[in-house]
Amino acid sequence: MSEAAPLIVLAGNPNAGKSALFNALTGARQKIANYPGVTVERKSGHFQMADGRPAELVDLPGSYSLEPTSPDEAVTRSVIMGEQQGERKPDAIIIVLDAANLDNHLRFALEVIALGRPVVIALNMMDLAERDGLTLDPAKLEAELGVPVIPTVAVRRRGLDHLSAAVEARLTEKTDPLDIVVSKERDHGLRKQAKKIANLTVVSETAGRRWSERADAMFLHPVAGPVILLAIMFVMFQAVFAWSEAPIGWIEGASEWAAVAVEATLPEGFLRDFLIEGAIGGVGSVVVFLPQILILFLFILLLEASGYMTRAAFIMDRLMASVGLSGRSFIPLLSSFACAIPGIMATRSIADPKDRLTTILVAPLMTCAARLPVYAIIIGAFIPARDVGLGVGLQGLVLFGLYIFGIVGAMLVAMVLRSTVAKGPNSGFLMEMPKYQMPRLRDILLGLWQRAWIFLRRAGTIIFAATVVLWLMLTYPKVPIDSPMSQVDYSAAGRIANVIEPVVAPIGFNRDIALALIPAMAAREVAVAALATTYAIDAPDEEAEAKSLTERLQSSWSLPTALAFLAWFVFAPQCLSTIAVTKRETNGWKWPMFMLAYLFALAYVAAGITYWTAIALGL
Amino acid sequence: MNAPVTLAVTLDRLSMRQRAEISAIDWDSMSENEGARLRALGLDEGVEVEKLHKGMFGFSDPIALKVGRMMIAVRKSHASAISVVIPA
Repeated sequence: MSEAAPLIVLAGNPNAGKSALFNALTGARQKIANYPGVTVERKSGHFQMADGRPAELVDLPGSYSLEPTSPDEAVTRSVIMGEQQGERKPDAIIIVLDAANLDNHLRFALEVIALGRPVVIALNMMDLAERDGLTLDPAKLEAELGVPVIPTVAVRRRGLDHLSAAVEARLTEKTDPLDIVVSKERDHGLRKQAKKIANLTVVSETAGRRWSERADAMFLHPVAGPVILLAIMFVMFQAVFAWSEAPIGWIEGASEWAAVAVEATLPEGFLRDFLIEGAIGGVGSVVVFLPQILILFLFILLLEASGYMTRAAFIMDRLMASVGLSGRSFIPLLSSFACAIPGIMATRSIADPKDRLTTILVAPLMTCAARLPVYAIIIGAFIPARDVGLGVGLQGLVLFGLYIFGIVGAMLVAMVLRSTVAKGPNSGFLMEMPKYQMPRLRDILLGLWQRAWIFLRRAGTIIFAATVVLWLMLTYPKVPIDSPMSQVDYSAAGRIANVIEPVVAPIGFNRDIALALIPAMAAREVAVAALATTYAIDAPDEEAEAKSLTERLQSSWSLPTALAFLAWFVFAPQCLSTIAVTKRETNGWKWPMFMLAYLFALAYVAAGITYWTAIALGL
Repeated sequence: MNAPVTLAVTLDRLSMRQRAEISAIDWDSMSENEGARLRALGLDEGVEVEKLHKGMFGFSDPIALKVGRMMIAVRKSHASAISVVIPA
């Protein structure tokens, strides 16, 4: 044995409960990094073996086969073979099998066992298999496979002690890996062997509960299915507005209270202005959108955890095919509604490189959570909160429209890309649709907490920094008392904005917007903070300063300008993190630069068309 | 005992809820990678499948198959390369 802690890897088919087992074995202390040179995530953690020794546990990407069909599967294969750059040769391999799905999952297990490496099988989700009417004989499976088989229920932490003891026992064994010879015949043999062993292991099988199939009769119905999908998405976007009202009120109240408190304690001067106008005004105007972002993430997490997301991909596949994509692109694109970064990273499961590139390039067109603050403030200020019937609000309807606008834009762009820069044969769509599962409250809360934390950290760092820089540039140089110019016009930022204004004036943007667009390059939400800071500084007196951002927007923007501003943000690529992740995922500057250029061009055209159409309609 | 009467069709033309056994797959009509993926998801000669669902109205594409205890989505273009026999 080497001095270093032994390396144990978790491998198995997707949907075998591998991540749940990983979480149960390592707890919350996990490290997520990337394998060098490839964009595949390496998730590692530590766990204690039965004798108290620490071991490093790595969760490998889910694989159906050692014969790789995607970048993810290629990493799984080379780690298991001990050939992955930047990874030690594993000392033991835990293969996770879904107990209810043996004939399919055993195939991968047999492939790995055939390599002659130290393997332990975790026969996972035993409880669900029993509920499905299956009675299994783990001892029989162990005898057939010739490696230890430990029944586990990862989510209830059952069987974990036995598992780590079995792993420990195998660590002392030394083996040399054999080579894999890939062929149709080999695949054929593996499948037959898997089926045979599965049949031997299953002691009895009754009909069990079929509720998952019954649910699919509805959710995958050719007519009802798409209607339900549309309804779910519509409810989701209505909820973002309706459920967030109260918590937004609390946050607004808290930030007002903070501003009043600062005003009362600090003497007039730089620090007081900085805290009230820059820090509280700027960051507060962004944090206020936390409730809406969390509601959106709640829906996406629930859809993913329940297994509905793959059904949505199934329903959408035919439509995606008409623009040259597949249902596989639907999941990354739907995740992009929360944030384009996880969405772009989720494209790694798309096997076809042209499909994947197209999906990455259109992902920023999906309305991410960072656009919500921008949309929300403009819609709140300019669209009346009217009921258009059936309990549907006009504001929610406009928001829904903006989402649709982004989707339609993405589809058109994908179609163009697939016949130009990402030209290639139409790839297929092959996907497993796992059984429905009741989402676990703990996982959902953990997911929400992680999202909230990321957002608050952004608000505390990027957004705070951008707001502070803007505030300083707006405050200095100070306008002389006798000058007829306003402070904003006289300031450094105002002068820069005045240069940009002629460029954006044809699409209906005023100087304040030009000003907000610069710091918003860092992140879209900054636009709101920037507008708040600008108007706070520009306020001629105390009374004007007390007016809300909404009231100020209403008095200084026309409706066509507001609509053009919304259209701009449907397309504008204003997010440094997205550009950075695109560079990483496409291995170079070519595609992120292409993305920047085409999105800015679209944003400009869309805002222009919106502005002049609104003017022509007399809005 | 009668000799089993079988009827051969391609998977895309199989009727709903119909069980059938895959008799042949035209591997040459797809890429190496697609073929490997098909086999990895359990679709191979000799496997019993059941057609459970089809896509959006007007298209009936893709289709959802029950393979073992798994449900797999396949496009019609692949399904048409898979021949099945319906046991009598």
